[in-house]
Amino acid sequence: MKAAPLTYHRAESIPHAIELASRYDGAAKLMAGGQSLMPMMNLRMSVAEQVIDISAIAALRDCHLVKDKFFLGAGVTHAMIEDGRVDDPTRGYLRHVAGGIAYRSIRNRGTIGGSLAHADPAADWPAALRALDAVAVIEGPEGERQVPLAEFQRGLMETCLGAGEVLKGVLVPRLSPGARWSYRKFCRKVGEFAHSIAAVVLDPALGMANVVVGAVGGKPVRLAKVSAKEDVVGEELAASTGVDPASYEFQLHRTMVMRAVAEALGK
Amino acid sequence: MSRIDMKVNGDAVSAEVEDRMTLADFLRDRLELTGTHLGCEHGVCGACTVLVDDEPVRACITLAAAVAGREVRTIEGFEEDRAMEVIRECFSEAHGLQCGYCTPGMVITVRDLLQRGRCADAAEIRAELAGNLCRCTGYAGIVKATELARDRLKGS
Repeated sequence: MKAAPLTYHRAESIPHAIELASRYDGAAKLMAGGQSLMPMMNLRMSVAEQVIDISAIAALRDCHLVKDKFFLGAGVTHAMIEDGRVDDPTRGYLRHVAGGIAYRSIRNRGTIGGSLAHADPAADWPAALRALDAVAVIEGPEGERQVPLAEFQRGLMETCLGAGEVLKGVLVPRLSPGARWSYRKFCRKVGEFAHSIAAVVLDPALGMANVVVGAVGGKPVRLAKVSAKEDVVGEELAASTGVDPASYEFQLHRTMVMRAVAEALGK
Repeated sequence: MSRIDMKVNGDAVSAEVEDRMTLADFLRDRLELTGTHLGCEHGVCGACTVLVDDEPVRACITLAAAVAGREVRTIEGFEEDRAMEVIRECFSEAHGLQCGYCTPGMVITVRDLLQRGRCADAAEIRAELAGNLCRCTGYAGIVKATELARDRLKGS
């Protein structure tokens, strides 16, 4: 199918995107690579009267150090991260995640910010960056604000982005030499949306011990305990997600978390 | 409507397009470059793969207006390309196609894999080609053709 009629706007800068988004508040959709939005529009699952294309904004691909953190522009594509065309301050974690997203032709256009703002429960970046304690940097009519990823996504395809606001990028920590990570997802076919995602980042020097499970229907969920034991992981999943403990999905999540934690712990 | 200027297969193109028009429809319906095939129209099958600034993208989930100012290369634009010549030979020899519907997207993707060195063995080729669906071959011929092209291009 084809997308419903729409009016296309090309934003030339971040202030221009904010101005357009404010002007068409409620009727506008920001589009970066469009790799999730365009399929949904072609299927008429999503209708946007006004599409604001932010993919030509060079400033959104800006990456730089900010004190002890690294700022990744929202317009950086998965392929740029996969190829190492932008620095990876996470000791290979971001590159690993990026290289596993969908297919290369999608990764060439899809962006890290687009994935976060789209907030699909089964997408990679929301879970992967949640496990890094990343912080969303948002620019809007009232200026800049920062929101930890734990609060950025509210649920299924819902974020805290308000009227006229643009996700400018994310702040990620620079992992220490002693950091360990694992990122595992279960797909029946390479490149499809995951049925389960387990992201584990352990960095004692930064006081970071995150076990995050994704593709659980809403936003990614952090488990309170770092354990690869079946009963402990099961209890944590039952306490933190709404997945039925008697279901196949529950067993799948439990297995993925156990494997990822075991890998990160070097077992 | 939006006015767009871009380069397609080396030629400057200027056109007025409906805002919702995809790059695939623009290439096929306006420029009559019907070698770009449309299968699923939601980014799953890979038949519409073209190059934008030398990178493979899915023309069915890319708005024509979004690639204004950029350089597009379709399956019709590889006549002078040595790698594509070899890939085509190998697809023919190793039975990498039957009906041919997926082939334009398939060979453009294979050319990119060869350039990026992502076809070390059959397993890697299968993983890398997971985004291009073929309903005829069972992929055996496609994987063989890709290995053949890799070896032939290495030798030349």
